[in-house]
Amino acid sequence: MISLNVNGKKYKVDVPDDVMLLWVLRDHLKLTGTKYSCGIGECGSCTVHINGKAERSCTIPVGQVKGEKITTIEGLPDNHPVKKAWIQEQVPQCGYCQPGVIMQVAALISQKPTPDADQIISKMDDVICRCGTYLHIKKGIQTAVQIVRKEGKRA
Amino acid sequence: MKTNISRRSFLKITGLTIAVSVTPFGYNILNASEKKDLKTFNPNVWLHITSDNKVTIYIGNSEMGQGVLTAQSMIIADELEADWKQVQIRQGGAMDGFKSPILGAQITVGSASLRGFYEPLRKAGAAGKAMLVNAAAETWNVPESECKAVLGTVKHEKSNRSLTYGQLCEKAAKLQVPQDPPLKKESEFRYIGKPMPRVDVPEKVMGKAVYGLDVTLKDLHYAVIARPPAYGAKPLSFDQKAAEQVKGVVKVIQIPQGIAVCATSTDAALKGRDSLKVQWDKGTHPDMDNAFIEKSMMADLDKQGAKVHEVGDAKKALSEAAKKVEAAYFVPCVAHATMEPMNTTAYVQEDRCDVWSPNQNQTACRGMAAGITKLPPEKIHIHTTFIGCGLGRRAFTDFVPEAVITSKALGKPVKVMWTREDDIRYDRFRAPMAHRIQGGLDAQGQLIGWSHKTSAISIMRPVNPKAIKDGVDFYCLWGLWDVPDSPHWNARIQYEIPNLYIEFLMADLPIPCWPWRSVQNGPNAFVIESFIDELAHAAGKDPLEFRLQNLKNNKRATRVLQTVAEKAGWGKPIPMGQGRGIAQHACFGTWAAQVVDLSVDKNTGKIKVHRVVAAVDCGPVINPGPLVEQIEGGIILALSTALKEEVKFDKGGVASANFGDYPIIRMSEVPEIEVHTVKSTDKIGGIGELGVPPLAPAVANAFFNATGVRIRRIPLTPKTVMDAMKKT
Repeated sequence: MISLNVNGKKYKVDVPDDVMLLWVLRDHLKLTGTKYSCGIGECGSCTVHINGKAERSCTIPVGQVKGEKITTIEGLPDNHPVKKAWIQEQVPQCGYCQPGVIMQVAALISQKPTPDADQIISKMDDVICRCGTYLHIKKGIQTAVQIVRKEGKRA
Repeated sequence: MKTNISRRSFLKITGLTIAVSVTPFGYNILNASEKKDLKTFNPNVWLHITSDNKVTIYIGNSEMGQGVLTAQSMIIADELEADWKQVQIRQGGAMDGFKSPILGAQITVGSASLRGFYEPLRKAGAAGKAMLVNAAAETWNVPESECKAVLGTVKHEKSNRSLTYGQLCEKAAKLQVPQDPPLKKESEFRYIGKPMPRVDVPEKVMGKAVYGLDVTLKDLHYAVIARPPAYGAKPLSFDQKAAEQVKGVVKVIQIPQGIAVCATSTDAALKGRDSLKVQWDKGTHPDMDNAFIEKSMMADLDKQGAKVHEVGDAKKALSEAAKKVEAAYFVPCVAHATMEPMNTTAYVQEDRCDVWSPNQNQTACRGMAAGITKLPPEKIHIHTTFIGCGLGRRAFTDFVPEAVITSKALGKPVKVMWTREDDIRYDRFRAPMAHRIQGGLDAQGQLIGWSHKTSAISIMRPVNPKAIKDGVDFYCLWGLWDVPDSPHWNARIQYEIPNLYIEFLMADLPIPCWPWRSVQNGPNAFVIESFIDELAHAAGKDPLEFRLQNLKNNKRATRVLQTVAEKAGWGKPIPMGQGRGIAQHACFGTWAAQVVDLSVDKNTGKIKVHRVVAAVDCGPVINPGPLVEQIEGGIILALSTALKEEVKFDKGGVASANFGDYPIIRMSEVPEIEVHTVKSTDKIGGIGELGVPPLAPAVANAFFNATGVRIRRIPLTPKTVMDAMKKT
């Protein structure tokens, strides 16, 4: 049995240590907002937060994150500035990569509330969107930064 | 998004129901409110107005981010004069009545969802409104002309009375449905042409949208399939026992597609597949790699092909031309590589078969499932989920039968997942093409002759051989030439060329190919519009001026070119070291043009695209936001293929496997993009694929403008660029 802390909830799952966190979230906890796309940490669709840091759940064996604070797209509040900005700017097309993208952005702006263009590119070049929403993602980040500024410090 | 609307649940709904039934001769609008009408009920648009004052709209097209759920509903709601707040939208199931009026199948391809359904959806909405107004007039015993529908309510101003659509629907349901109801004038549109937020966005942002891979069912099993590493390879041996010993593996089943490992979790299925250690034979083409493919297709161009089109005498015109240009081009395979890999969940039971699939072709899904289960079509339930990017790939539903076969064999619900490696290796690629063209100019620099030979892997031969006529596969030729009655309107060379000859050869290679966003309009536009630039250069003319001169009376192509040129500042000076290129293309009833600005690092060969300006003329615009998103997305996708993407083959199979060795464009490489729509009252055209075709040639032309070097092959990788610059 492995104990996990996901979105503030405690879970016990009967899986081997070497199963990737992604599959535990999706198959066992039915948290299917976190997506599989490449399985090798290249595309970012599976991004979650581990202790507030954006990580690739497809390459992290679940045994390594026992008891760590894991947050998935479902655990990011519905009124989170990035989610709000994403709706306002109509960022998603097919939307499949976007939960991962949103988690990547949420981690970025919680560490750097006013990221400059280079900081944005260096973090966001880690994700792939096949629909080509990159320009809307950029706009979404600007809007999220403004929302954070307006709402105060939380992000 | 709720799916799964069964005929039974439909029958339970009371209120006013409007349906459209499409036949080969046109469409009829039906009042489907009365159950007696349902005996021959075969509608493709369901529009219910119910006594709870809700308007429910069912959409038969697949939503893959293009915004079809929103756009089609906007059209209905506008003509119905419904309040958008009362509208709820549902993904429809699979049924004959949802077939596209222009494509003849329930399929979401060919940028056809709006150009196919614009008129029937408007009429359906307008018919509903007319019946509701009529019902109100009868209720109040006043002339219909004194009643007016406003936002879900019918009003009689004289007596200051009003009734909601919910209050009127049951009475309206008893009325005759008008076949030709009056439509709104453009100035009366409430939603059409106005920016409307897409209805699918919030659930996608919250992580709640259900894609194919997200389907969960009780007792769901997970399967992955070991597939042949080379085309035509057969398994020699595999270790079934080792796979079955993996904890969680339930069964190993050999099926026509390969060896399916079924388990209680994805992880166990993957580990089980690794343990199979399958030995395969060498397949049918063990020597095939990229060099083999390109050499063989270029050599095809020396053979006699099938005549596609001939007007005038191209040979004579070329022999008499004041100037003659000849060039050969090659476009390699690219993969769809959608973010959600192929997958399907199936549950075959004795008396029914359910299929949950992110598909673009419900007609094919249902036919395949019926064929395997031998169940009648009405026992097959296709649940179309959200789609994690389509690009045409999911219209070829090879991912459906294997799930149905596996579920049938296991007797359980099974989700068959393709890993990313499976998804790239077993893709059906954009067809590779080789071209040789000769063009002739007269002394004034006017284009007088064009002879064009092209070799391609046939898209349709392995799938629908009947689509091949006299050795010609028009799917490979779109953008260059098309059959006169094609539903893909005007996908042909736009220039007026008095002497034109086109010849086609089918390459004899085992690589499966399939439409890829814009089909071969993309590769063919790259070749035609690059070659036009070569001719302009030979004529000593400006590329824009040369195009306009040879488009002659082609008003829409002329207009998009002039628009894009003006918006991009064509002819004005550009920064030192940069190059600027232009290209146009027409297909799916829309005209498009782009201008690209780029610079080239002469030490590394790396191209940096700074800006793309695009113009489109698609007739009426339904939802302007998604229109821009589609063009932007098409440009970014096409830029990825113009600069980076090429599938690698080795030993008769696919060597590319994942995003590491099949790189895709990322944010840092994306330029500024401006999209302009040309105001037009022409017939509505497609949008989803129109960003793609002009991009690659505009890049190649801008590269020539920057360097004086012509590259006749994509992708323009740093290595290709350095090699080309060294040669000159």
